[in-house]
Amino acid sequence: MEHLFSDYTLRMVALGSAVLGLVSGGLGTYAVLRGQSLLGDAISHAALPGVALAFLLTGSKTPLALMIGAALAGWLATLWILSVTETTRIKYDSMLALTLSVFFGAGLVLLTWIRQRAGASQAGLDTFLFGQASSLVWRDVVAMAIPGGGALALMLLFWKELKLLAFDPEYGRTMGLPMRRVDLLLTALLVVAIVIGLQTVGVVLMSAMIVAPAAAGRQWTDALWKMVLLSAGFGAAGGVTGAVLSSLETGLPTGPLIVLCMGAIVAASLFFAPNRGLLGQRLRRRRNAGRFQRETVLLDLYALGMQHADPLRPHPQGAVQAMRAKDIPVDRLLMRLNKEGLVRRAAGGWGLTDAGLRHAETLQKERR
Amino acid sequence: MKGAAAIEVRDLTVAYRDKPVLWDIDLTVPPGVLMAVVGPNGAGKTTFVKALLGLLPVSAGRIRFFDAPYEASRQQIAYVPQRGSVDWDFPTSVLDVVMMGRYGRLGWIRRPGKREREQAREALARVGMEDFAGRQIRQLSGGQQQRVFLARALVQDARVYLMDEPFQGVDAVTERAIIDLLRALRSEGRTLLVVHHDLQTVEEYFDRVMLLNVRRIASGPVEQAFTTENLRLTYGGRIAFLRSANAADAADPAAP
Amino acid sequence: MTQAEIEIQMLAVVVAAACALPGAFLVLRKMAMMSDAISHAILPGIVAAFFLTHNLNSPLLILAAAATGVFAVLLVELLMSTQRVREDAAIGLVFPVLFSIGVLLIARYAGDVHLDADAVLLGEPAFAPFDRLVALGRDIGPRALYAMGAVGLANVAFVALFYKELKIAAFDAGLAATLGFAPTLIHYGLMTSVSITAVAAFDAVGSILVVALMVAPPTAAYLLTDRLRDMILLSAGLGVVAAVAGFQAARLLDVSIAGAMASAAGVVFAIVWLAAPRYGVLAGRRRRIRQKWEFAEKMLAIHLFNHEGLPEADTEHRIGHLEEHLSWEQDFARRVVRRAQSNGLVRRADDDLLALTPKGRAAASEAITNL
Repeated sequence: MEHLFSDYTLRMVALGSAVLGLVSGGLGTYAVLRGQSLLGDAISHAALPGVALAFLLTGSKTPLALMIGAALAGWLATLWILSVTETTRIKYDSMLALTLSVFFGAGLVLLTWIRQRAGASQAGLDTFLFGQASSLVWRDVVAMAIPGGGALALMLLFWKELKLLAFDPEYGRTMGLPMRRVDLLLTALLVVAIVIGLQTVGVVLMSAMIVAPAAAGRQWTDALWKMVLLSAGFGAAGGVTGAVLSSLETGLPTGPLIVLCMGAIVAASLFFAPNRGLLGQRLRRRRNAGRFQRETVLLDLYALGMQHADPLRPHPQGAVQAMRAKDIPVDRLLMRLNKEGLVRRAAGGWGLTDAGLRHAETLQKERR
Repeated sequence: MKGAAAIEVRDLTVAYRDKPVLWDIDLTVPPGVLMAVVGPNGAGKTTFVKALLGLLPVSAGRIRFFDAPYEASRQQIAYVPQRGSVDWDFPTSVLDVVMMGRYGRLGWIRRPGKREREQAREALARVGMEDFAGRQIRQLSGGQQQRVFLARALVQDARVYLMDEPFQGVDAVTERAIIDLLRALRSEGRTLLVVHHDLQTVEEYFDRVMLLNVRRIASGPVEQAFTTENLRLTYGGRIAFLRSANAADAADPAAP
Repeated sequence: MTQAEIEIQMLAVVVAAACALPGAFLVLRKMAMMSDAISHAILPGIVAAFFLTHNLNSPLLILAAAATGVFAVLLVELLMSTQRVREDAAIGLVFPVLFSIGVLLIARYAGDVHLDADAVLLGEPAFAPFDRLVALGRDIGPRALYAMGAVGLANVAFVALFYKELKIAAFDAGLAATLGFAPTLIHYGLMTSVSITAVAAFDAVGSILVVALMVAPPTAAYLLTDRLRDMILLSAGLGVVAAVAGFQAARLLDVSIAGAMASAAGVVFAIVWLAAPRYGVLAGRRRRIRQKWEFAEKMLAIHLFNHEGLPEADTEHRIGHLEEHLSWEQDFARRVVRRAQSNGLVRRADDDLLALTPKGRAAASEAITNL
């Protein structure tokens, strides 16, 4: 019985985290591509007073009521950021920081107000700070999946408009597409993605769920639809892994573990992604550098041969080494060239093969 | 002027935060011409093009395309923005970017399909980029990026083309290809207004020119408007190039 | 107010003033979000130092936090240098990860010691009077007040010593480098100052609300002045106002002191945003209305000037034409003409035809040359 219960909890936590990761990963793609990675942080903090107000007004802790309150507050905060930056000389980043901290402070005032008015019944609102995935029940998962699924469906429906918004909104406007409305739509979708995650990972860490999956997804592909798919997948994978890890030991909070898993996915992507990955880049550079050195030695051998009017004539290794700095490992380079069939070992040292001669002649033309 | 002008601008004034950037501009562009807009940095060339496209609020004045307001003639107008205006690291392919030129006609929600792909491929062929259709845009050189933008405007199949510095930072071969394309478009009867920065090539490439420095200094056929006197008025003392001897300096400085 | 309340109020004032100093430079350097990132990212440093010393008042905490804050900044810059993620994404990646590590360390090892993530996040100045500083056997006041005061003085010293360098780095980092002002050093100095202030303040106001005190008053001050010195002083002043108003409101309503201070900072900002004499919203609206008329008059003068003496002047200079070509409403055009007439810029050549007066011509040509 005990075991079954904990399994049910784990299932719900994993399912909820997967839904959240899917939605925030998919929609976070646009936030990251548009350079609005930190907007999610502002929205999630700004949602706190909305949660408290929704509870004050409705007296209910049903996830839907709290989510609507959070969404309205997050949405208002975004509009306030936009309107201040548009009407004054205040910069976007100042407004982000100001809004997130002031709204959060107002939320805290409301929470403490509720605490002393309503006694202990506000318990459960505190979980919005760090989230409490372990308290997720089926009802919560449904309450996350419906708006989240709706947001993803709208994203797919307006795929072409959102893509244009992210790539070249001004051009879209010249064609008569109302890009401002598309922008508002995307902000609304982002708000939904954030709000459904608050109960699971909390306001502080929610922004990572927006940024990290997309930052990881970007490394693996150069196609938008693949990036969205990968981000959603990474988000879900990070969510489930974090949830499972947190179940291994009591007292480990789910939100931070999910964030650490996402961080690990980002780090792995940065290093190991095939094209943009740093490791691949380093290997490619080294390979190119190695090839360049080998080709240089090959050309040296060719030049030595031409001096003796016989390009195929072998030369002692010392003569080849003498043409280059001491730290160039001519011996190893010659061995590699030998393996590639461009150079052969002969009585007088090293000589070009026929293939090596042809290769050297083309190189000679290219490098000139 | 017989018939409706392709672009007709009257008394256009644009201000940025209470500071005027364009003052009282009049301009008539007849259909089927290739016209340059030149002027020093900060003269308002880009602002002018954006104002024509309705991208900036206009303080005063009137803009008409073929005797209709901009909103009514949007489908007739294609825009080639500056290359640097977008993030070329964006995850998308060349073909995708070119197809964006059809989004305006597709309307909401509808996806580009086979037909749009065909049109995009044709446009890419016209700019000599047919082999690059599947390429990711971050792998393109500057000149190739510019050609992709041109192809995107080509699929709009417009009557008026507004281009912001299409020759900026491209290699000589691309420049040649672009000017050939512009001329071909002109011979199809389309009208092209091109923001241009290289004074040396104005006479060779264009048949009309507007000299702009906050105000319109002069405009008209190149041989009439592109005079040393007008250039001095436009660029002040900063003009640092020798005009070719055959420039028609005697012409009317303010031909409409 | 009781003795304890006076002490809390003093602490709030000192925190607000200390935060405003580095905050002003963050806002000017468009790095306001760095305050959020650093105040979260220092958590693992605090936790680690706490495990070592088991003392929340140990100066080691400040050192460790400062080191972690600088480490976070380095990490952000390292990520950016790979050119695989942009700055905003790099910030958005680094601080949640570091903060998560801190929360997990607490959850895993701190158990029931006096350190929990809530406290770090929210802070509570109400407890400050219970922890006294005793010197030479005498109680000289709450320890937090002295700690915060020391950090505040350090910030004052930093800003005063490197005022010129900070100023140049804030406005033109490139110039600062060419002048040999080592902008990197100044940059990390500022980041250290932010970290130290954040760790000293987290006890009192928590890591999120410290952001409000660092960013909101300087952002409001930015709307009030163009001079750096005034902006710094105003930031501190507005921060103090928020601290007083916030604490008094919290006392009255019996709500979170830190939350009330952040809210008050927001209210102060909102008031300034609306009412600032030059850069406020209302002033902007008023100025736009006034300038609309001046602008229109000038436009009329330039319009007439441009076409003066040309054959088309006869049509261009008609009032009816203004309606058509400047797309002015008939009413508006008439009012502009009336104003321009009464200001002596134009006269009526006949009933409908306008001409520039010499004064109008001078004004137009001056406007053109100044463009």
